[in-house]
Amino acid sequence: MNTDKTLYPSKSSSELKAALLEHGINVESCYQCGRCSGGCPIAPHFDLLPMEVVRLSAMGMEEPIVKSHTIWLCASCETCTSRCPNGIDIAMMMDALREYTLNKGYKPAEPGIVAFHKSYLNVIRRWGRIFEVELFVEYKTRAFDFFTDMAMGMKLFFQGKLRLIPQPAKDRKAIREIYNKERKEK
Amino acid sequence: MKMSYYPGCTMEGTARDYAKSLEEVAKALEIELVELEDWNCCGASSAHSTNHGLDVRLSARNLSKAVDLGLDLVIPCPACFLRTRHADHALKQDAKKWDFDEYNPSFDIMTLTTMMAKPEVLEKIKTQVKRPLEGMKVVCYYGCLANRPPQLTGARNFENPDTMDSILRALGAEAIQWSYKTECCGGSLTVAKPDIVRGRVEEIIEAARRAGAVALVADCAMCQANLESRQADLSKMKPGFEPLPVYFVTELAAATFAEAGGAKWNKGHLVNADVINKYLGS
Repeated sequence: MNTDKTLYPSKSSSELKAALLEHGINVESCYQCGRCSGGCPIAPHFDLLPMEVVRLSAMGMEEPIVKSHTIWLCASCETCTSRCPNGIDIAMMMDALREYTLNKGYKPAEPGIVAFHKSYLNVIRRWGRIFEVELFVEYKTRAFDFFTDMAMGMKLFFQGKLRLIPQPAKDRKAIREIYNKERKEK
Repeated sequence: MKMSYYPGCTMEGTARDYAKSLEEVAKALEIELVELEDWNCCGASSAHSTNHGLDVRLSARNLSKAVDLGLDLVIPCPACFLRTRHADHALKQDAKKWDFDEYNPSFDIMTLTTMMAKPEVLEKIKTQVKRPLEGMKVVCYYGCLANRPPQLTGARNFENPDTMDSILRALGAEAIQWSYKTECCGGSLTVAKPDIVRGRVEEIIEAARRAGAVALVADCAMCQANLESRQADLSKMKPGFEPLPVYFVTELAAATFAEAGGAKWNKGHLVNADVINKYLGS
């Protein structure tokens, strides 16, 4: 993938850096040792290494970050955060960058993963707990992918592990209030 | 011993056998687990991935229920555990920001296997074992979030944990040292990116086989389902690929606590899991 990693000081986004600082993430303390990237289990599939995302963030280079596949493919395994000698919470940085990308209305590089997150959070908003069959149907519809994992779904169903009726939390009003407080304007 | 208990969504669905075996184990160990009243999903991993405030508030609601009980909180699912610890940390830093008047809990939050690996519980486990798993070589697979990041989980040895290994030793099995204990299986991507995840799973299973294990043992329901379901794919896609079963630690404990019979939950696995019966002497 031809990701432009050139630093353009004139294009530096103070908004991006502010969004990270709001979460207590100080990317400027990175000295590029590479431990985050050496231990990352998904790095072979990334277009930007974790250490590159950290550096580009410190320079406020918004464009390559919000367009990257990396921020979506990060599996949140927390290896980078645990090993960073400078205490940078890189996994939380990835969370913050995903949220930033969606809030600013950028088109995510991995629409399937975003479709999954949206479907999942919709199910929780409705029931307060997961309801796998509904999640499966909503995700498949959003991602326009009807065949992957169908056989496994059927096997789980016949093992009695997929319920056809949700087992919701009782106080769903409380759940809706939580969602209303954190609703993001688009 | 009485503890509060947050099962999380998987225990009622795909990890139903984990819940059932835990019920048996808790009973044998005389541990009373009091389920949090009307708990909700912690939102992992979609909430923390896309909406920080929603992530904290979902777990904060569960924590408010735990505060009411005031008992140490046990959480089997490492993903739920980390989200809860994270919210606990956020509330301790600034309770008012999250609409709590105050937040000064006196209880601890721990994973199920951290609790089971406490010295007094291990002793109790040893007294309950009727059919030790002698000669059964297993590797313990911890995954990510029970141990990482240590500043939140409080794990003492996050790169090479030993809690589950000590439980397996108490059950009479041989817990082999291997270097993939905490390698991520890619579980959070399993629905949207199965191709990437199959590569992760294959690498982990090959490492387990190289170590000489006949099975993996896990305490994470997401890891367990991911490792088995993607192995089921690999068996179809790669001629010669031989899957290894991934047991929940409670499944093995319950089987050794029983006087007779094979393990009860073998049929609930997505790959053949009958190997344990060889070691139960049944």
